[in-house]
Amino acid sequence: MTNAKIETSQPEVAYMDAGIELWWNVQNFLFAEADLLDRRCFNEWLEILHPDITYRMPLARNIRRDQIKQSEYTQPGETAWFDEGFQTLSQRVAQINTGIHWAEEPASRVSHLVSNVRVQVPANTVGSPEEVKVHSRFLIYQNRLQTETVLFVGKRADVLRRHEGRWKVLERTIYLDQNVLLAKALTTFF
Amino acid sequence: MRPIEELVQADQGLVRRAIFSDEDIFKQEIKQIFGRAWLFVGHESLVPNPDDYFVSQMGTDSVILTRNRQGQIQVLLNSCSHRGMKLCRYDHGNNRTFTCPYHGWSFSTDGQLVERPGELVGVPGFAKNYMGELDKKSWGLKSVAQIHNYKGTIWATWDPNAPPFEEYVGDMRLYLDSALDHRDGREGGSEVIGGVQKWRVKSNWKMPAENFIGDLYHDISHRSVDVVGIGPSGGRGRRDAMQGRVAIAFKDLGHGLLGNLPHYEEPDYSPMYTAYPEVERYYREVHEKRIQNLGNNMRVKHRVGTIFPNMSFHGWQPRTITVFHPVSATEMEMWRMYLVDSDAPEEVKESARHYFLRYSGPGGMTESDDMENWTGATAASQGDIAQDLYFNYQMGIGHTKPVPELRGAVVSHEFTEENARAYYRRWAQFMQGSSWETMTPTY
Ligand code: FES
Ligand SMILES: [Fe+2]
Repeated sequence: MTNAKIETSQPEVAYMDAGIELWWNVQNFLFAEADLLDRRCFNEWLEILHPDITYRMPLARNIRRDQIKQSEYTQPGETAWFDEGFQTLSQRVAQINTGIHWAEEPASRVSHLVSNVRVQVPANTVGSPEEVKVHSRFLIYQNRLQTETVLFVGKRADVLRRHEGRWKVLERTIYLDQNVLLAKALTTFF
Repeated sequence: MRPIEELVQADQGLVRRAIFSDEDIFKQEIKQIFGRAWLFVGHESLVPNPDDYFVSQMGTDSVILTRNRQGQIQVLLNSCSHRGMKLCRYDHGNNRTFTCPYHGWSFSTDGQLVERPGELVGVPGFAKNYMGELDKKSWGLKSVAQIHNYKGTIWATWDPNAPPFEEYVGDMRLYLDSALDHRDGREGGSEVIGGVQKWRVKSNWKMPAENFIGDLYHDISHRSVDVVGIGPSGGRGRRDAMQGRVAIAFKDLGHGLLGNLPHYEEPDYSPMYTAYPEVERYYREVHEKRIQNLGNNMRVKHRVGTIFPNMSFHGWQPRTITVFHPVSATEMEMWRMYLVDSDAPEEVKESARHYFLRYSGPGGMTESDDMENWTGATAASQGDIAQDLYFNYQMGIGHTKPVPELRGAVVSHEFTEENARAYYRRWAQFMQGSSWETMTPTY
């Protein structure tokens, strides 16, 4: 699990690991999401995002060990690789769909591998919770044009919330394990 | 290597592709250009407190931008004078002295302790192993020859003979002001939003420098984002409109931009950030203050520009500083910082930050397509046959007018390659090793 601060939409409450059934459901949710992205079903992907989503990928910095907690990653309000909501994410999808967004035309071949899924629920939960915290690792392989190949590896901290009867991604913070980004552009979703 | 006169024939609008792919030419560039020119190394807001440092880059050398206890800013080579170890291994931090992790030599910038910044102060075993026989004074860290703080931006050169910074930038300085000054017209007053984006791009470093100098012609490659619309006022397009935009080249200095000619009266307010009513009010207010603060003084406004060789900046929307650090003939590391008025209300800073990030950087919906162009052009210039061909920079040759208010400047319509010709003419002068005397215009 990442040491970086994880924001939730809730006031600080204690969390505990979810039971096996919820864990199984949430894990399947993440795998299905990865599949939507890899099959380039971006419009369908938007549907599993909460309308109030915050989607942020902070920058990672090399700093002294005793400051890692506070400042290895840029904080909300600072520069990031991404820091946006539903509107911008939909615009990104619309841009890809124009067919003239050259950074994704021809389309990349992408595989999202998602693992180390941990699901947590508020400790005072009775019955099925409305909101869960999910931690996962990702390894994303992207191949573009002939030989252009990029690997993105890192951690995600999500908050999923039930919305109209389905889980939706309400918060996603993406901790990429790179200081200098070793890709010329970020045109895939995380 | 072919003679420079053959590689660049700026007046004819011809530039041989080899300058974007040949390693020997690249090595010459590092020496002749990055070893002599004034280079942007950072912003003072990256080192706000005494003993703060920020690790930066000049050409292919790592350097330390640091503020000492006396508040002075220094730029030192980030390499130990003993056996070369990189001294600062963190991106930024706060240190009284720089101690080498290899054998423990330590260096200080503290004016109380040392005569010159970066002087060697501590040598383990100085008495016992060196028997005191080491001339510490001559083994300090290499320091840049000159440093200049321009409204918070820090510039440095390794060349003691380089002309003063203000002479080097000439009247391009006014356009730098248009990015760095407060939106209400007060001098300075901008700060960098926390965090510097750094990313690797397999492009020759000159491709973006040339693009940012005023290549409006390439706007077609941003059609996808214009169709979708990401501007701060909603609707189609990616920015709020700018009236009266022209291309201006400083033909003797190699700098250039897209923006407005100097003017003496503030043009009428055109609404900005209308998707955020609170923010729009701020821009309307600062516009009114600008009218009061600037009175009848000359002023300029620009969209985008490049200061030779590798620093570019957006002045208005977005508002950023970007640097193209050379890595090899076919690779660079881009850095980008985002600027805001330091005393602006939080909502204004936040809306700017969100807008800048969706526009620029590797995740930027506009810039992601730029990198595609630069990497594609670099790759396709590496073929044996391709290398020997010329790029065409012939748009608008001979169709310029002088700008009386700006020394040595010429103006073209929005669409021109005049600015790029000025840039490569300057490149050729540096590469030929011309003396500063012949390279510095007298007006
Ligand atoms: S290399 Fe720095 S002390 Fe030896
Ligand atoms: Fe562009």
